[in-house]
Amino acid sequence: MKLELRGITKVFGTFVANDAIDLVVEPGEIHSLLGENGAGKSTLMNVLYGLYRPDGGEILLDDEPVRFSGPGDAMRAGIGMVHQHFMLVPPFTVAENVMLGNEPGTFGFLDLASARRTVRELSARFGFDIDPDAVVEDLPVGAQQRVEIIKALSRQAKVLVLDEPTAVLTPHETDELMGIMRQLRDEGTSIVFITHKLREVKAVADRITVIRRGRIVGTADPSADQTELASLMVGRSVALDLDKAPAAPGEVALEVRGLGVTDADGVVLLDDVDLDVHRGEVLGVAGVQGNGQTELTEALLGLQKGARGSIRLDGAELVGRSTRQILDAGVGFVPEDRTHDALVPDFSVAENLVLDQHHRAPYATGVLLHPEAVRRRATAEVEEFDVRTGSIDDAVSTLSGGNQQKVVMARALGRDLSLFIASQPTRGVDVGSIEFLHRRIVAERDKGTPVIIVSTELDEVIQLSDRIAVMYRGGILGIVPADEDRDVLGLMMAGYTAEAAREAVAAGARTSDTTLADEGDIV
Amino acid sequence: MSTLVQDPVPVADAPVVPVRTSERLRSWWHLPTALTVLALAALLVFGLGSPAADSTTFRLAAEGDLNPGGIVPGDVAIPARVLAIVLAALCLVIAGVLWWASATVTALGRWRTALVVVFGLLWVIAFLDWAFHGATVDVGAMLQTMMVLAVPLAFGALSGVLSERSGVINIAIEGQLLMGAFGAVLVGSMVGSPWAGLIAAPVMSLLIGVLLALFAVGYRVQQIIVGVVLNVFAIGLTSFFFGTVMKQNPQMFNQPLRLPTLRIPLLADLPVIGRVLFEQNILVYLMWIIVAVLTVALFRTRWGLRVRAVGEHPRAADTVGINVNGTRWGNVLLGSAVAGLGGATLTIGTGVAFGEEMSAGKGYIALAAMILGRYHPVGALAAALLFAFTDALQLRLGTLPTGSGAGIPSQFLLMLPYIVTLFAVAGVVGRVRVPAADGVPYVKQ
Ligand SMILES: Nc1ncnc2c1ncn2[C@@H]1O[C@H](COP(=O)(O)OP(=O)(O)OP(=O)(O)O)[C@@H](O)[C@H]1O
Ligand SMILES: [Mg+2]
Repeated sequence: MKLELRGITKVFGTFVANDAIDLVVEPGEIHSLLGENGAGKSTLMNVLYGLYRPDGGEILLDDEPVRFSGPGDAMRAGIGMVHQHFMLVPPFTVAENVMLGNEPGTFGFLDLASARRTVRELSARFGFDIDPDAVVEDLPVGAQQRVEIIKALSRQAKVLVLDEPTAVLTPHETDELMGIMRQLRDEGTSIVFITHKLREVKAVADRITVIRRGRIVGTADPSADQTELASLMVGRSVALDLDKAPAAPGEVALEVRGLGVTDADGVVLLDDVDLDVHRGEVLGVAGVQGNGQTELTEALLGLQKGARGSIRLDGAELVGRSTRQILDAGVGFVPEDRTHDALVPDFSVAENLVLDQHHRAPYATGVLLHPEAVRRRATAEVEEFDVRTGSIDDAVSTLSGGNQQKVVMARALGRDLSLFIASQPTRGVDVGSIEFLHRRIVAERDKGTPVIIVSTELDEVIQLSDRIAVMYRGGILGIVPADEDRDVLGLMMAGYTAEAAREAVAAGARTSDTTLADEGDIV
Repeated sequence: MSTLVQDPVPVADAPVVPVRTSERLRSWWHLPTALTVLALAALLVFGLGSPAADSTTFRLAAEGDLNPGGIVPGDVAIPARVLAIVLAALCLVIAGVLWWASATVTALGRWRTALVVVFGLLWVIAFLDWAFHGATVDVGAMLQTMMVLAVPLAFGALSGVLSERSGVINIAIEGQLLMGAFGAVLVGSMVGSPWAGLIAAPVMSLLIGVLLALFAVGYRVQQIIVGVVLNVFAIGLTSFFFGTVMKQNPQMFNQPLRLPTLRIPLLADLPVIGRVLFEQNILVYLMWIIVAVLTVALFRTRWGLRVRAVGEHPRAADTVGINVNGTRWGNVLLGSAVAGLGGATLTIGTGVAFGEEMSAGKGYIALAAMILGRYHPVGALAAALLFAFTDALQLRLGTLPTGSGAGIPSQFLLMLPYIVTLFAVAGVVGRVRVPAADGVPYVKQ
């Protein structure tokens, strides 16, 4: 179906998020929208999907003007969408989420068996591994992302909007998704694809439109090279590779011994982890999602009840301490799921920026909060991290996804740290800001702070780390230097020990990750 | 390639296989300890506290019951002390089994819940045995009283389930009950038939439902405040009419009408449970039907899935084309109609005329039953029955002839239902999952 947007304008208060945007997506075309954080991409798509009411402009499907009073109308008109902030009901199972609004069954009764079958078929077809009966809130973000994609694809939309569907996918999954997109395009679906990863744009897009500050600033050809696209996007030149000085590690600062976590059903989530992190080094944690990374970072912060073993930070034991005490010991933390674990949506940007420090000087004395100090800090951080917000008093939920991530990073990095832990540090952040955040993390390392980075992006782990720990089934399988062969890392993530993996690679084994890395030109 | 550790194929998505340990949870001793303490208390207080000479009589079958060959005995008199000690000992055995299972991390699955339920039953019988030593417990009559008291609570709790599952806090159950009770009598008296009252009750309490939906869903007013205000409004409105027209002309406006009892032949003659289940008025049967229908509807139908989605994550529901506020309106109205039936049980269900503020806090107990029942229709019914049982017990114990029974002070007895409510709700409340968007109005951008 042909999609045309004419002069779409959306205003929030006095802020113009979309300013007379024109966009045409031909049938059988993958149209990529590029733009920095807060450019207005998600807003535009939400207008198209009927979630936001536009303040001007019109939408045409196959040259017929249409009016949507809500997403129901848009769905009926054949539009489907993968939302940047997942639209999944946490206590529902995968199958229930996928069928919601479009339930199979007779006389109003649910046909769960057929919903399960749909999920199994789709996930088999797309190479996703999803259990239809898993409860969504128990899944790691990456798996939730896959559910969100399956949900959109199960509706057989004629216009498909994908708003950062790959932000937390592994390269292998991204590869599968791009295969599906090509297949759908060939069947005549029009696809709008939003991403910050330029190699994906280059791999699948037929046309590229760039948005900046609510306006279209140009179009680009997918054959353009990544540096060119990056500078068009953020309006300045961007260094895509991080060049960092070699680490100068000091003494051991974080000493983890025999750390274990068992859930209420007796399932071992973290199995006897031993780990040393030195002052002034970045330890990357690689591994397929759900192998204990979440539990490891949360246990370090005292968020896992019943953690066993020992965590010593600068000689002080952290196991058994409250999270407040651990934060006060100077631990900066970025959780993987920012929407649920990092931000209070209705609090202002300024309030969110001091959430972990609000009870201490200079932000408070006794029971009194000092709003002035809070605002001063917020103004400085917003400036430094380039958070695009109308004012520091806006609710953080009104920020774009990438800008919310910057708030979380700014909060964690904005004070003297004795340890910095970040999961998915650059989730949904644009290339310009990734460059900044990566530099900032390396600067933190060079100050002598021990740093732990967890990411599904193997590229990011390799770029940032000085050493890489590979996690597998709740344990650390091995720790290798950052310049280890990618194939070795890939095999380790599948359960090979370092030696076994090296042997296998020497004998010619490759992993699917490598093909993608070869296709794009990062690393 | 012989040095592989795990799977030979490097798939990026190998599912994580959980490994089980024999590690005990930190709180493994909580439940067994609590049960042991309770069992010991039963042994000491109920066992040794009952005079050795007294016996307790349990009346099971009655004259004229369908009781071929007297399978179910009539009056059973058991030495009070012996019975209590035996029951307490059984309780101790169950506690022991749980100690063993928790300490060795043996998974009991459903058996665990079953054991706890059996423990509860044995303990309650031991309590009755002690409390009524030297007297007679008419089990059938006690269950009947419980049922009469439970029905309004159950309807109220179901009303709460309906509205809160869709994300609207329903403090106004009290007002809905009151309006239902009022409407049933008023219209019933005017028409001269309790059946007219049966229809009028839900319609009348829809008034509260409409106001609740209008302010809470339409105008997004803080829902607890709206609920409380509506309760006060219902009291004011009914008291006004009660004090004026109803007082002046009770013949015309406030007659004690009663819905006929519908007796199901044969089944109603079963000993002990026959009358309580099969010789009731239509409202009681309706309650069972609504519980069953609602359970299926909430968890097995399209409607239920959508309602729950709206209560958990309205925006997600919106993105798949579900009308969030429409669903909420519907559920609030439906809920208030159900609560209206509960109100009807207070008047035409029991054959009394309307009295000022006659709902007497039942709406709030119903709210507690809804929470204790974990927002599930069956759970809500079970909780309503539990609260009603303690209330029935309290009534019966209060009328024991002096010289028999354990002589518990009547002031304490009056507190009993509320103490049970308090402990029951406090005990589960940490584990109850409230619908995530309960009380949060939905706003579109
Ligand atoms: N509900 C809202 N109220 C006020 N401002 C909003 C609201 N939603 C979005 N905005 C503002 O509109 C701008 C565009 O946001 P949008 O989410 O469309 O950005 P985006 O291009 O998707 O960015 P990202 O790449 O970070 O996801 C942002 O500056 C944001 O602060
Ligand atoms: Mg966005």
